[in-house]
Amino acid sequence: MTQIEGLERLLAEHPFFRDMSQRARDLIAGCAANRVFHDGERLLREGDQADVFYLVRHGAVAVEVQAPGRKPLVLETLGDGEVLGWSWLVPPYRVQFDGRAVGLVRALAMDAKCLRGKCAKDPALGYEFLSHFVGVMAERLTAARLQMLDIYGHPGDYMEMSQGLTGEDSAPAKPSPTGG
Amino acid sequence: MTQAAPGLAWNPMIADAMLPARYRVDAIRRELTGVFTLALVPVDGGDALTFAPGQYNMLYQFGVGEVPISLSGDPACPRPLVHTIRAVGTVTNALQHLASGHMVGLRGPFGTHWPAEAAQGADLVIMAGGIGLAPLRPLIYQVLANRKRYGAVCIFYGARTPDEILYRDELEQWRSRFDLTVEVTVDRAGPDWLGRVGVVTRLLAAKGFSPPDTIACLCGPEIMMRYAVLALRDQGVGPERIYVSLERNMQCGLGFCGHCQFGASFVCRDGPVFRFDGIAKRFDIREI
Amino acid sequence: MPDTLLISTEALQGLLDALIAKGYQPVGPRLERGAIVYETLSAASDLPRGYLDEQGGGHYRLSKADPSSPETAGIFRYAVGPQSWKGFLFPSRQSLWRARRTETGFAFEPETDDAPAYAFLGARPCELAAMRIQDRVFQEGPYVDRGYAERRARAFVVAVNCTRAGGTCFCASMGTGPRAEDGFDLCLTELLDADDHAFLVEIGSASGRALMELVRHRTATPEEIERGRRAITDAAEQMGRRMPPDAAAILASNPEHPRWDQVAQRCLSCANCTLVCPTCFCSRVEDTTSLDGVEAARHRQWDSCFTLDFSYIHGGPVRRETAARYRHWITHKLSTWHAQFGTSGCTGCGRCITWCPVGIDITEEVAAIQATERAEPLGDE
Repeated sequence: MTQIEGLERLLAEHPFFRDMSQRARDLIAGCAANRVFHDGERLLREGDQADVFYLVRHGAVAVEVQAPGRKPLVLETLGDGEVLGWSWLVPPYRVQFDGRAVGLVRALAMDAKCLRGKCAKDPALGYEFLSHFVGVMAERLTAARLQMLDIYGHPGDYMEMSQGLTGEDSAPAKPSPTGG
Repeated sequence: MTQAAPGLAWNPMIADAMLPARYRVDAIRRELTGVFTLALVPVDGGDALTFAPGQYNMLYQFGVGEVPISLSGDPACPRPLVHTIRAVGTVTNALQHLASGHMVGLRGPFGTHWPAEAAQGADLVIMAGGIGLAPLRPLIYQVLANRKRYGAVCIFYGARTPDEILYRDELEQWRSRFDLTVEVTVDRAGPDWLGRVGVVTRLLAAKGFSPPDTIACLCGPEIMMRYAVLALRDQGVGPERIYVSLERNMQCGLGFCGHCQFGASFVCRDGPVFRFDGIAKRFDIREI
Repeated sequence: MPDTLLISTEALQGLLDALIAKGYQPVGPRLERGAIVYETLSAASDLPRGYLDEQGGGHYRLSKADPSSPETAGIFRYAVGPQSWKGFLFPSRQSLWRARRTETGFAFEPETDDAPAYAFLGARPCELAAMRIQDRVFQEGPYVDRGYAERRARAFVVAVNCTRAGGTCFCASMGTGPRAEDGFDLCLTELLDADDHAFLVEIGSASGRALMELVRHRTATPEEIERGRRAITDAAEQMGRRMPPDAAAILASNPEHPRWDQVAQRCLSCANCTLVCPTCFCSRVEDTTSLDGVEAARHRQWDSCFTLDFSYIHGGPVRRETAARYRHWITHKLSTWHAQFGTSGCTGCGRCITWCPVGIDITEEVAAIQATERAEPLGDE
C-alpha cells in the first residue's frame, strides 16, 4: 500500500492529473508504476501494441519517426509534466511514433489495458479521462500545424511569411536597374 | 498661401531626412546561410548615433535601394552600428556581398523601442522566432547590463532547425548564467539535437516568471506572435504588458510614403514596437 | 483698401500681369484634351470661357454653354477637373538626391528644388481644404518635407468660390465649401448675369492686398457682395450628394462588413481615385543607377494603395484582395486620417467618383454600410 500511496501523491502533483477529480485519481493509481529510463532507451516503439502511456516527471523524451536511409526525425520533445502517448485510446491501439529518452527520464508508466477496462466500466471516469486527453491532443495538433507552417523558413520555401523587421526587403524585386 | 516673398531661402531648420549619411563596413560576419551581420562606422564624422533597443535604420546600397534593418548591437556601444540581415530581396542580397571597407548609406535610427525602462522591476519574457532574435538582442544587452533592475528574465527562442539558431554562441553563454532562463526550441531536428523540438509558444509553460508581474517582448513571424499572445494571455499576462514588433513595407521611415500603414498607425514611425493592447483589435482584422 | 473689391473681367489680365511682375508663375485652368486642367497661364485669354462640366459616377464631359445664355461668358462655371494643385506642391515624380561613385565609395549630392514660385489661379474651396490637409501631412508632423514646405510657402493662392456645383460635388457636407473662408491670398467670386460680368475680390493676406495695389479695382457694393453670396448658396443647394457626418465611426466599426466584397466586385483596382484625389499622399521611392554604374539617383513618385505592390513585404502583399485595398483606402481617407492628422482626408471634391471608371461613389459606399448597420445591428442588443 505504501507504494500506491506514493503513486497517488505523484499523480496528484502531475499537471495532467492535478485538476482531475480525487475519485479518478484513486481509480487510476492502481494502474500506475514508477519508471526510470536512461539516455537512448525507448519508452515507446512505433508499431508496438499501445498498452502503456507515460506521464513524464523529469527529463525529456523525443517523439521521433524512423525512415529508411535517413536519420530519425524528431517531431517534438516532451518534458516535465507532459504526457507521452495517446494511441492507447484509439483502436487498433498501436503506437504511432517512437518515444526516446534524452538523458535520464523519470516517468509514471500507466497500464493502458487496465485503464481502458476501468473507463469502459465507468463511463463518468472514461469521460473525465477522455476530456483531458482531447485537450492534450488538440494542443499537439495545433502545435504540429504551426510547425508544419515552417514560419521561420525562407520565403517561398513553403509559406510566404517572414520573421520580424530585420533583414526583410520591403519592396518587391523588380527586373530593372530600379532596386528593391 | 504666401508666408514670405518668392525666392525664400532654404530653411536650415528642416532636416532632409531622406538623405542618407555615409557609413563604412567595419566588419561583416556570416551568421547562418543567408544571414549576416554588418558592423558600420560613420565616414563623415559627426556625433555618434545613439539608438534604443528595437529601433531600425534604413540601409542604402549604392544604386540598388534601401531597406529597413533593425539594430542588433549593444545600445551602450553604438560604434560600430550592428545590423543582422537576412538576404531575401534585391537590396539585402546586394548587402550580403559587401566586404570590410565598402560604403553604404544609412538613415536613422527610426521607430519606437522596447520598454526597457518601463519593464524595470518586472519579470521579463523575451520571445523570439527565427531572425526575430536580432531586434531583441539590444534589449537583452541592455537588460544584462542592468540585470539587478529586473525580476526574472526568460529568453524563449524558436528556430527552424538546430542549424538555423541565430547567435548560438551567445545563447549558450546566456544559458549558462544563473540569473537567466534561456530555452531554445526548433521545429525539426535529427536525433543528435539534445534540445527541445516543438513550437516556441510551448516554452511559455516552462514558467520561471510570474505572469501578473511580467512584461513580454515578442519578435518573430506574425503567426508566431499571434499564438504567443494567446498563450501569454492564458498564462495571465495582460495585453497591456505585451509588446510586439511588426513588419510592414517601409520606404521612408518618416510616415510620408504611406506603405506601412497598419490601421491608423504608421509602422515606420508609430512602430515597429507596439504595446499590444493598442493594436489588439487590428491584429485580428485580415489584410488590414 | 476695403476687404472686398470688384474687378472687371478685363482686369483678370491685370491680375496676371501683377503676379508675373511680382515674380510668380501663374498656373490656372486651361482647356486641354477635353478636360479642364491646371497649366501655366500666359494671358487671361488662356482661361476657358463658356465651358460647363457634366460630371457623374464615371462620367465627365465638357460642353459649350448655350450662346444665348450668360453662361457663355463665364470662366469659372466648371467645377473641378481631374487634376488638383497637388501636382505642383507634391510633384508626381521628384528627384530626392543623386549619388556618384568616388574612389573611396560614393558621395551624395542633395537635390536642389528649382520649382518657381507658383501663383495658383482658380483654387476652389475644396482645393484649399486639400492643401491644408496636405500641410498637416507634409509639414506639421514630426518630420517636414522640405520641398513641399518650400513650394507651399512660396505659392500665391487666388481662390475662386464655387457658384455652380459639379455633378459629383459634396463639399457642403464636408464643411469645405462651396465658399472659401481662409487659406487664400485673394478669393474671387464670379458675378455673372445677362448684362454684367465681374469678379468680387476678397483680400486674404498682406501679399494679396499688396498685389491688388497693382490691379484696377473699385470697392464692391453691398448689393454686389450679396449677389456673390447668393450665387454661392445656389451652388451649395445644387449638390446632390452628401457624406454621412459620422463616416469615420461607421468605417472604423465595420472592417468585416459584406459591402467590402460587393464593392470589390466592381472596383478595378485601377488607382484612378488615388491619383485624382487632392489629398492622397502615398509615394514610393525608386533607386536607379546609370548604365555605367557611376551615378545613382533616388526619386519619389506617387503611389497608390490600390496596387498589389503597395503593401508588399517579401513573400507577398499584405492586402491581396481588392476588398482589403478598397477598405484600406476609404477607411484611411475618412476614418484613420483623423487619428493620424486630426482631420478627414476627404474634401468632398467628388473627383474619385467622377474619375472612377465604374463610378464607385465614396458617399454611397459609406451610406450603404451605415444602412445595413442599422438594418442588422451587430450583437443581440
